[in-house]
Amino acid sequence: MRPSSIYAIFLRQIYLTKSNPARLTGIFVWVVLDIVQWGFITKYLGGFGGAAFTLASVILGAVILWEFFVRIQHGIMTAFLEDIWSRNFINFFASPLKIGEYISGLVLTSIVTGVAGFAAMFLLAGALFDYNILRLGVMILPFIFILFIFGTAMGTFVSALIFRLGPAAEWLGWPIPFALSVFAGVFYPLSVLPVGMQMISKLIPASYVFESMRAIINSGAFSGQMAINLFLGFALASIYLLLAYIFFVKIYRYNLREGRISRFSSAE
Amino acid sequence: MEPEILKVNNLIKKYGPIRAVDGVSFFIRPGETLGLLGPNGAGKTTTINMILGILEPTGGSIEILGQDIKQNREKVSRQMNFAAVYAQLPGNLTVYQNLHTFGLLYGVKNLREKIEASLKEFDLEKFAKTKAGLLSSGEASRLSLAKALLNDPALLLLDEPTSSLDPSIAQNIREKIKEKADTTKVAILWTSHNMHEIEMVCDRVLFLSHGKILLSGDPKTLPAEHGKKDLEELFIDLAREKLTFE
Repeated sequence: MRPSSIYAIFLRQIYLTKSNPARLTGIFVWVVLDIVQWGFITKYLGGFGGAAFTLASVILGAVILWEFFVRIQHGIMTAFLEDIWSRNFINFFASPLKIGEYISGLVLTSIVTGVAGFAAMFLLAGALFDYNILRLGVMILPFIFILFIFGTAMGTFVSALIFRLGPAAEWLGWPIPFALSVFAGVFYPLSVLPVGMQMISKLIPASYVFESMRAIINSGAFSGQMAINLFLGFALASIYLLLAYIFFVKIYRYNLREGRISRFSSAE
Repeated sequence: MEPEILKVNNLIKKYGPIRAVDGVSFFIRPGETLGLLGPNGAGKTTTINMILGILEPTGGSIEILGQDIKQNREKVSRQMNFAAVYAQLPGNLTVYQNLHTFGLLYGVKNLREKIEASLKEFDLEKFAKTKAGLLSSGEASRLSLAKALLNDPALLLLDEPTSSLDPSIAQNIREKIKEKADTTKVAILWTSHNMHEIEMVCDRVLFLSHGKILLSGDPKTLPAEHGKKDLEELFIDLAREKLTFE
């Protein structure tokens, strides 16, 4: 892999953002709205039982972590879509660019947008609602790491789907986080779900993160079971990332055979 | 005799039962400009796409500087570049940003200096901060060429590079390319429907129809050899009475 190629893909996205600040909307506006909305809901509900701190930790902590995952997935997808919208594949793929470099460039872009969104949420939650997600301690690192890998896997998978089905398939990509959130138990423990849904939840890496987050908030201590859960989440996320990459490469090769790289355009 | 820059051997591309390219073989030597002619759907762009590595051949081989493109795509891609009317550079990046991005992708050394020289050479200095999508056809073509020559390619693929230009700008573009070919010995594969242009710039031509090479030779002598007034008359005859020259 050549760092200059990865940097070129990343730089293109930076240039695009610089050229039209409206693109910052996707990075900041949704996360700000989410924090404000959920912050006030937390404040209102906390007033009933006097458990504002725990509720804020559960809800706002979940919102920040989940939004980080969403920004990573959408970050990869939108960076990929930019190349579709500008009909740029022929220029990119006729160059010495390798497919791994291309995806790495998209991932690098999503890291920057994801971290920027995370920072905005962190600051806003502190300023408006006196909430600090770092109270979760060092465990926030594995939480974020697992969600990053899973977000990268989902972003790569959705990009591959769009690559195969055409630009209209972007509409499959936007609602995926909402569908996953039901099973990931972002705002509630998995035990409230019916058994069938719980089985699906076990296949979603994010569910291990949110279960662990609630366990830490409730008990304040790290347990062996939590370590096993986080390892399972990490292992699943890594497997999905590998599968998503293989899927993307297969679609790329299919497009190479069928002559779809040169024909790929927003007219499809 | 200098070794071939590009060597295409028995190239085949099938889409189901359709043979878009059917056993095409040719070569290009350093400094040579080869014209690839043929009616729409003859297989010219399909051939170029296979050489670029964005379309997988069904059969045959493509060698660039003696290396098979199938095994060494990334390596040989650094030795070539292209400009095509259907592959405009991203319109939402400025001229400079486009050259910077593609310069990085092609691993161009001393990129900043190279871009400055390119902007000057193609008279794009005043458009450096202009978005590519706002350029006129002529300016956009000059940008495509600047990008295509940024990595000093040994092989340059030009798919109808002047098709959307007025005669004056087209002439200017042709001169720039010829000048480059003379000074750098870049091998050029050039497709066009403008026979006058082909006569001016190409050392050899290949006529393609239904994916097969029907005829090849010197564009200046070929018409007379086949009892035609000029290349255009020969082209029309071949396009209408396909395969009779087989």
